[in-house]
Amino acid sequence: MSYSTSLYLTGAEIGLSLAGLVLLLVTAWTGEKAARAITIAAVAALFGALSFNFSLFDDGVAGSAFGGLFLADGFAVFAKSLVYVATIACLIVAPRYFDARGEYRGEYPVLMLFNAVGMGMMVSATDLMTLYIGLEMSSLSSYVLASFARRDDRSSEAGLKYFVLGALASGIILYGVSLVYGFSGTTNYEGIRAAFSSDFPTGAMFGVVFVLAGLAFKISAVPFHMWTPDVYEGAPTPVTAFFASAPKVAAVAMLVRMATGPFGGQVEAWQQIVIFAALASIVVGALGAIGQQNLKRLLAYSSINNVGFILIGLAAATPEGMSAVLVYLFIYVFMTLGSFVALLMLRDADGKALATFDDISGLSTTSPALAWCLLAMMFSLAGIPPLFGFWGKFVVFQAAVQADMVALAAIGIAASVIGAFYYIKFVKVMFFDEPKVAGPAKAPVSHWVVLGLSVLVISPLGYLLTPWLGNLADLAAQALFYAA
Amino acid sequence: MEFPILSLMLAVPLVAAIACLFVNASTARMAALLATLIDLALGVLLWLNYDIGGAQWQFTERAQIFAGFQYALGIDGIALMLIMLSVFLMPICILASWDSITKRVGEYMAAFLLMEVLMIGVFAAQDLFLFYIFFEAGLIPMYLIIGVWGGDNRIYASYKFFLYTLLGSVLMLIAMLWMVNEAGTTEIPALMQYDFPVDAQLWLWLAFFASFAVKMPMWPVHTWLPDAHVQAPTAGSVILAGVLLKLGGYGFIRFSLPMFPDASADLAWVIFALSMVAVIYTSLVALVQEDMKKLIAYSSVAHMAIVTVGLFAFNVQGLEGAMMVMLGHGLVSGALFLCVGVIYDRLHTREIARYGGLSINMPKYALFFLLFTMASIGLPGTSNFVGEFLALAGIYEVSTFVTLVCTTGIILGAGYMLYLYRRVAFGLQKNADAAAMPDLNAREWAMLAPIAAAVLWMGIYPESFLAPMRQDIAALETRLASVAPRYDSALEVGAPRTQAANYVEPSHEGEGEH
Repeated sequence: MSYSTSLYLTGAEIGLSLAGLVLLLVTAWTGEKAARAITIAAVAALFGALSFNFSLFDDGVAGSAFGGLFLADGFAVFAKSLVYVATIACLIVAPRYFDARGEYRGEYPVLMLFNAVGMGMMVSATDLMTLYIGLEMSSLSSYVLASFARRDDRSSEAGLKYFVLGALASGIILYGVSLVYGFSGTTNYEGIRAAFSSDFPTGAMFGVVFVLAGLAFKISAVPFHMWTPDVYEGAPTPVTAFFASAPKVAAVAMLVRMATGPFGGQVEAWQQIVIFAALASIVVGALGAIGQQNLKRLLAYSSINNVGFILIGLAAATPEGMSAVLVYLFIYVFMTLGSFVALLMLRDADGKALATFDDISGLSTTSPALAWCLLAMMFSLAGIPPLFGFWGKFVVFQAAVQADMVALAAIGIAASVIGAFYYIKFVKVMFFDEPKVAGPAKAPVSHWVVLGLSVLVISPLGYLLTPWLGNLADLAAQALFYAA
Repeated sequence: MEFPILSLMLAVPLVAAIACLFVNASTARMAALLATLIDLALGVLLWLNYDIGGAQWQFTERAQIFAGFQYALGIDGIALMLIMLSVFLMPICILASWDSITKRVGEYMAAFLLMEVLMIGVFAAQDLFLFYIFFEAGLIPMYLIIGVWGGDNRIYASYKFFLYTLLGSVLMLIAMLWMVNEAGTTEIPALMQYDFPVDAQLWLWLAFFASFAVKMPMWPVHTWLPDAHVQAPTAGSVILAGVLLKLGGYGFIRFSLPMFPDASADLAWVIFALSMVAVIYTSLVALVQEDMKKLIAYSSVAHMAIVTVGLFAFNVQGLEGAMMVMLGHGLVSGALFLCVGVIYDRLHTREIARYGGLSINMPKYALFFLLFTMASIGLPGTSNFVGEFLALAGIYEVSTFVTLVCTTGIILGAGYMLYLYRRVAFGLQKNADAAAMPDLNAREWAMLAPIAAAVLWMGIYPESFLAPMRQDIAALETRLASVAPRYDSALEVGAPRTQAANYVEPSHEGEGEH
C-alpha cells in the first residue's frame, strides 16, 4: 500500500485538519471580528469533505490505509456523511444564537472542525489505537464546546461534568483495550478477530465488556446515561443539538464496527449486553422523561430512549440489523436536529430562552408554524406513522424479527408506548393549553431553513427516500460484513 | 392502466386539508364541504362502476415507490361498502361543525379531511404495512380533534384514547413483521390465502386481537370509548362511532378470520364470552346513564358485540349480518350523535334531565330522533333490523346459548333507547329554556334527512348493500369451511325403529282359553 493511496483515502480527515489549523491561526490573529467568516469557511470545508466523501463512494474506492489503521468503505462513507451534515447544521444555527448573548468566537467553528476529524477517524478506525485517538480528539473538543458559554455557570458545570465522566469512560475503554491487546497480541481489528476465533479466554471477555461499557457511555445507553440530562441541559442549545446528533452517530458507528469486526466472532458474548442496554435504555429513557419540566432535559431522555431502539438493530447482529441501525441514525439525526433547532428558536423578545413546558403552553396560537413543526417532530420521535420516525423503528424491529428475536421486538415496541406519553404531552401543552406567556420572538432565517429541511425529511414525504436510503444502508452494512 | 379513482379519492381531501391550514374560517368551511362532496361523488362513481360478481379485487393500483412495502390500493365489496359509509358521513360531519366550531376552524377542517384520507386509505390498502400506516396515523388527527375542540375533560380523554389504541396496535406491527418474514409478501390478498403454521397462528391472532379489540371496542377494553365520545365535539363522535369503530370489525374480517382460520376457530369462545358480557353489561350501564352521549356510547359497545358474535359464527348469515350491523350502526349511531348535537348546540348540556317534552316545541326533530331510536332498537324496516336478524340467525346455527344472551341485549336495547326517548321527547316541558328551543333549521335538515333515507333504504331493500359483498363473504366462508364449529343443538338422527310406536306385541299365550 503506497503512501499516496493512504493519503487519498484519508483525504477528508487531512483536509479538515488543515482547514482547522489554518482557521485556528486566523482566529488567533483576527480575534472575534472574523468569527462569522471563519464559520462560513468551516462550513465550506465540511461541504468539501462531504463531496470528497461522495466521490470516494462513487468511484467505488474502498480500502485500508496506513497498513490497516484506517478503513475507507461504504459504511464509513455513510456514517461520515451523516456526521458532516449534522455538524454543518449545528454550525449554521450557532452564530445567531451566540450573537444574541455576545459570546460568539472563532474557536467554535474550529473546535467543531477538529471534532469532525475525530469523529471521522472513529468511524473509519480499524485499529484500537486509531479508535482511541479519534475518540479522544472528538471528546476533548466536546468538553470545551459544552462549556463554551463561559459566563453561564450551568454551561461550565456541564463541561466539567462531561469531562470528568467522559475521562472515566475513556479510562474504562482504555483498560478494556489493554486487556484485548494482552489476550490477542495485536491492536488490529482483523488480527483480534483471528486471534479470538481460535481462543477466547475469560480475560478477553472482560476486555470486550469494558470496551462496550465505555462505548455505552459515549452513546449514553443505560446504565451509563446519567450524565446526559445534566450535560444536555447545561450546554448551550446549539452544542446540545450537536452532542445529540453527530458524536452519537460516530459513537454508534464505531460500536457497530467493533461489534461486527474484532468481536464479530463472539456475537453471543456481547449480544446479551446489547439486548439489556437496548431494553433498559428504552424503558429508562421513557420513564425518566415523564417527570421532566425542562424541554432540553426531556429531549435528553428522548435521545436515551432512541439509543435503545438503535441498539435493538445492533442486537440482531445481522447485515439487516446493521442496515437498520444506519437507517435509524439517518432519521434520528434529522429528528434531533429539528427538535433542538426548534428549541433554539423558542426565545422571547428579550432573548430569554423558553425552556419549560409552562413557557410553551399555547404555542399553537402564539407561533403556529413553530408549533406545527414541533408537533411533527414529536409524533415522529414517538414513531407514529405516517411521519418518517416510524420507519426507523420499523426497520430495527423488522431486523429483530428476521433474526428470530420476536420477544425482544415485542417488549421493545410495547415499551415505546410509555415514551409516547411524554411526546404527546408536548403536543398537549402546545395545542390544548392556553398561552401563559407571550410567544417567541421572530427567529432568524438560518434557523428556519434548518428546521424546515428537517421537517421535510421527517414528513411523510420522507418515505419517498426509503428505496435510496435502504439501498445505501444495505451497501454500507454489507461492507461491514464483507470486511469481517 | 385504468383511471386511479382510489388515489384521487385520497388526494382530494389531502389537498383540501393542506389548503385549509392557510385560509380563513369561512373559506375553510366551504373548502372542506366541497372536498367531502367531491369525494362523495367519487364514491358514488366507484359504487356504480363496481362490477358485482366480477374480479374479487377491483380498481387495483400498484406503485413501487417505497422500500419494504408498496403503494397498493384495491377494493372488494366489503371495503367498498365501508368506504361508502365514510364518504357519506364526512360531508354531514362538516355540516355538523358548521356553526358549533368557532375557534381554529381551518385546523379543525384540516384534521377532519385528514381523517377522511386515512379512513379511505385503511379500507383501500392492499399492502399490509400501508394498511398499518393508515390505521395508526388516524391517532394523530383524532387526538387533536378531541384535545383541542373537545369538552371540559378533553385532555384526559385524548390521552386515554391515544395511549389505549397505540398500545393495542403496536403488538400487531410485530405480528405483521413476522408474517411478512414468513410468507415473503406484503400483499394482503396473497396473505389471505397463505396458510400460517397452526401454532404460530395463535400468537398472531392474539396480537391482532389486541389491536382490533381495542378499536372495536370489546369489553373490557372499551373504557376509552365513553370518555372519548363524551369529550369529542359532535362531528368527532360521529366519525368515531360511524367509521373508526368499524376498523376493528374490518380488521377481524380482513385479517383475523381469513389469515388465521384455525386460531379463530380455537379462540371463538373468547370472542363469544366477551361479547356476551359486553351485550348484557354495557346495556345495563347504558340504562342508568344521565348523559346522552355516554348512553349512546355504551349502546355502541353493545352493538359492536353483536358484530363480533356474527363474525365468529363462521357462516354466511353471520358474516353478512355483521357487515350489515356495522353499516347500519355507522349510520344510526352517527345520526343519534347528531341528534344529541342538535340540542346540545341550543342548550349546551348533554344531561338528559335538562330536556323533556321536546316533541311539543320541536316536532320535526322529535320525528327524526324517533326514527333513529327505533332503528337503533332494530325495528323491522330499518337498517339495524336486517343486520341484527342475520347476525343472530348466523350465530343460532352455532350456539343457541350465545344467541339467547345476545337477543336479551336487543330487549335491553329497546329498554334504554325508549327510556331515553321518553325522557327527552315526551312528557312535560319541565324546563323553560328547553321548551323555548327552535325546531330544526335547513342545515340540520340537510344533515339528518340523507341519513334517514339511507336507514330506510337499508331496511327495506338491503339487497343493494348485500349484493356487492356476497361474493367476498362466500369466499371467506369457503376459506373458513374446514374449521367451522359444529351446531351445538343439532338434532341427533337416531336409528330408525323397525316397528311403529303404537305396535303392541301380540300375545299368543291366552288365545282361545275362553
